[in-house]
Amino acid sequence: MSVTILIEKCRGCRLCLKACPFDAIKMEDGKAVINYDKCTNCGACEASCRFEAIHVEREEREEVKDLSEYKGVWVYAEQRQGKLMFTSLELLGEGRKLADKLGVELSALLLGHEVEDICQELIHYGADKVIYANHKLLQNYTTDGYTKVITDLINEKKPEIVIIGATNIGRDLAPRIAARLNTGLTADCTKLDIDEEQKILLQTRPAFGGNIMATIVTPKHRPQMATVRPGVMKKMEKDESRKGVVEKVDVNLHDEDIRVKVEEIVKSAKQVVNLVEAQYIVSGGRGLGGPEGFKLLKELADALGGVVGSSRAAVDSGWISHDHQVGQTGKTVRPKVYIACGISGAIQHLAGMQNSDCIIAINKNPDAPIFSVADYGIVGDLYKVVPMLIEEVKKLKEQK
Amino acid sequence: MDFNLTKEQEMVRKLMREFAEKEVKPIAAEVDEEGRFPRETVEKMARYSMMGIPFPKELGGAGGDTLSYIIAVEELSRVCATTGVILSAHTSLGAHPIYQFGTDEQKEKYLKPLAEGKYLGAFGLTEPNAGTDAASQQTTAVLKGDHYVLNGSKVFITNGGEADIYIIFAMTDKSKGTKGISAFIVEKDYPGFSIGKIEDKMGIRGSSTAELIFEDCLVPKENLLGQEGKGFAIAMQTLDGGRIGIAAQALGIAQGALDECTKYMKERKQFGKPLAAFQGLQWMYADMATKVEAARLLVYKAAMKKDEKKPFSVDAAMAKLYAAETAMEVTTKAVQIHGGYGYIKDYPVERMMRDAKITEIYEGTSQVQKMVISANLLK
Amino acid sequence: MKIIVCIKQVPDTNEVRIDPKTGTLIREGVPSIINHDDKNALEEALKLKDKYKDVHITVLTMGPPQADVALREALAMGADRAILLSDRAFAGSDTWATAKTLTAAVKKIGDYDIIFCGRQAIDGDTAQVGPQLAEDLGIPQITYVTHLEVNGREVKAHRALEDGYEVLSTKMPCLLTAIKELNEPRYASVRGIFEAYREKQVEIWSAKDIDINLNETGLNSSPTNVRQTFTPSPKGQGMILEGNGRDTVQELLFKLGEKHLI
Repeated sequence: MSVTILIEKCRGCRLCLKACPFDAIKMEDGKAVINYDKCTNCGACEASCRFEAIHVEREEREEVKDLSEYKGVWVYAEQRQGKLMFTSLELLGEGRKLADKLGVELSALLLGHEVEDICQELIHYGADKVIYANHKLLQNYTTDGYTKVITDLINEKKPEIVIIGATNIGRDLAPRIAARLNTGLTADCTKLDIDEEQKILLQTRPAFGGNIMATIVTPKHRPQMATVRPGVMKKMEKDESRKGVVEKVDVNLHDEDIRVKVEEIVKSAKQVVNLVEAQYIVSGGRGLGGPEGFKLLKELADALGGVVGSSRAAVDSGWISHDHQVGQTGKTVRPKVYIACGISGAIQHLAGMQNSDCIIAINKNPDAPIFSVADYGIVGDLYKVVPMLIEEVKKLKEQK
Repeated sequence: MDFNLTKEQEMVRKLMREFAEKEVKPIAAEVDEEGRFPRETVEKMARYSMMGIPFPKELGGAGGDTLSYIIAVEELSRVCATTGVILSAHTSLGAHPIYQFGTDEQKEKYLKPLAEGKYLGAFGLTEPNAGTDAASQQTTAVLKGDHYVLNGSKVFITNGGEADIYIIFAMTDKSKGTKGISAFIVEKDYPGFSIGKIEDKMGIRGSSTAELIFEDCLVPKENLLGQEGKGFAIAMQTLDGGRIGIAAQALGIAQGALDECTKYMKERKQFGKPLAAFQGLQWMYADMATKVEAARLLVYKAAMKKDEKKPFSVDAAMAKLYAAETAMEVTTKAVQIHGGYGYIKDYPVERMMRDAKITEIYEGTSQVQKMVISANLLK
Repeated sequence: MKIIVCIKQVPDTNEVRIDPKTGTLIREGVPSIINHDDKNALEEALKLKDKYKDVHITVLTMGPPQADVALREALAMGADRAILLSDRAFAGSDTWATAKTLTAAVKKIGDYDIIFCGRQAIDGDTAQVGPQLAEDLGIPQITYVTHLEVNGREVKAHRALEDGYEVLSTKMPCLLTAIKELNEPRYASVRGIFEAYREKQVEIWSAKDIDINLNETGLNSSPTNVRQTFTPSPKGQGMILEGNGRDTVQELLFKLGEKHLI
């Protein structure tokens, strides 16, 4: 078994027991004991032990394949209907860093039909080379079509690293490729780096709903594949003076290779997001002074892609309807960001939002209780601060 | 002695907890405020065979045991005492007498749809002059040809006005005293049967508590439940079982109040510390938690003895007596712990306190329970 | 129609908290549940059964012995057959190895028309097992299904994109991954619970029961390894930013950006 407790070092402090996400550790006679039926070798216990009393064995297999023929970093450039997805530029920025650290070439992999004009853009954003597969059957993404073309190319050209954006399409495509190539794939990475010694990719990603972070490696298989969470990596500044090579490759694809037909692509307007599921909530309270304040908050919510919430005071005053109410007699919410504007922070309101990832409070009164639970507070007039916030958020979004 | 629940019972608790949190809790305050019978909840429960838990599958039930049913009442009552009593009165008082004393035809015709939740059940024993003195029945039933003719009234009937089937007790032979009382299965549409006043109550306000009026009400003679003269025995035995249901309701209310305190004491800060850091309150909380657990053991034991077909009257009485008093004490203290916030309707504890009181009164007052216990043990 | 639904028992990560003092996971009292997306997959299979009647549903899970409870819940919801793939040899499998193991089990089950999976599990959060299983079985896949129609052997589905959806069609056998928008899962019924424990079985299959190469399962066969786990830095004390002018607003947005909150 790979996880062992070094009994002599174990102090019975129970930190490992609490850290284990699988409830696989119990105490016997004051020492930690692993239940191997439940243990999944995740290593959370080892990380939590202050006394180095836990050892997770990561066995080395005897035969090590010769992996040196795999060279180069590839980035999948996702395009939909001829438009390059913004996340591909983020990938190029990250890929550039990785390629530079390894001293190898960065290639962008572009599949589609008649999308040559994207090639130069890819080079301007960091690619040394663009591998371009042009075929009518690649016009729309299909699992079968794209998987076949990409795995054929990977087998032929042997990159050591392939990174793909974790979009709905990327998450459909990447595991299919990794399975066909029998290589390792790490999902939804928020950080990528190179281990200087071993020259391998360090893939860091959240797990357990974001409650822990794990760093993953693919030591013995190639290519090392990772999908990257959109909106996390930084793209390079566009450099139109950059030069690169565009390699047009042959595509061996037929109708019968593609088993899922795309009948229609439908774009839908943004749906109404409900409070309980919203990631961004902009809430207003008595400090708004009247119902018009909610129009301003809606602008900010829209800019952030979120919804408007309210304290009970505003609802009771008839400024907004009850379904926006957050709190003891309203809804309980857990967004990424909760912005409380003109809300004092009475305990009934806190009961409904205190588990938000990040609480921002804007209030004229520096003694308002809301500031004691806020991560960031601004003492000021919300009618001055919020308009500025709206402008700055819109500016940021435009940059993207 | 095994204090563990079986795997089925664990899963029933998990199911009922989830159902209660998602379907019942969100409307509990509104049901109380408006005094509204939550018909939609009853329909949902019927879909998931929650309305006939302790009855066999062949008779439309879930094929479960008493303890699973008790756990269901507990979990529902934890978020809404109204919903808990609707289920308890329907199952223990409305359906169970037919299961225990009914003919095969009566079971087929009435128990099946009750267990499936197609019909809602109720039990009519209490009269304006016959509360604790239940034997003083004044409602009469006279056999005339193919029907019994019922005359009289019942009061404080849970599920009254909403139910489809009522188990009604009436005097068929005044000269025989308690042995002159009989039980009848009465359908809501029988001629001469009407619903009178719907009571406006302190608590369990969504539960429909009604007056039943019988004016030459015609009940087919096949609907006599058990034999003539056996009605009082049927009533007492039924109440024995119903007692465990109410004890479970009280237990659920107490647990719900305790859970609210657990949350509030960690959130609320005074003097720079959460309430949970103050020893006086910690001790109060510890006492409350201990009493709830003691109540739980009494309630579960009574349910288990019933499942084992052992005599359980004393256990049921003790469970109801203790759980009801615990519910009253714990909910009162819960309001106290919440301070001013406990007194306003923003927080559920004031409702829980109002709901708890009835558990010391109906299906045999606490005083009746003491009579049952001492009579059994001192004989 | 024969449907196989792959489910996973996971800790309810919504209830998992970080201890602010030690920075470690508080796992005590966190219940185990059927992964949400998998419930949507099972619900869709149950809806097909409600509609077409002659539908047989097998639920399959790879996990430790306690995953039995998750399978019982699936049986209580209405599944017909339950298989628990459990063996220490499987422990520590990454998604590649998990897919290989599930493939061996599916091959042993034999005939199937549709394999339903949830898009992703709330503990691993990878969304990889479904597609990898489809690849290993050599069948087409449709992921992120929000709507499904079945017509004989034709399958038509809506596949969610970030800004809309695609209408896709394929033929059975195929693999579909479900997301929350697909349906509202039913509760188990109380009757179902008693039937699950008293009338139905959970078959337990170990490594020797399926045709699996031990090189393709378990920790040491997995191409990816966990090198390190750590908890993200705790929240810490809040701060009141200085001033309330434009620069303050910019500072706020910068801080949010750093934490990837916007």
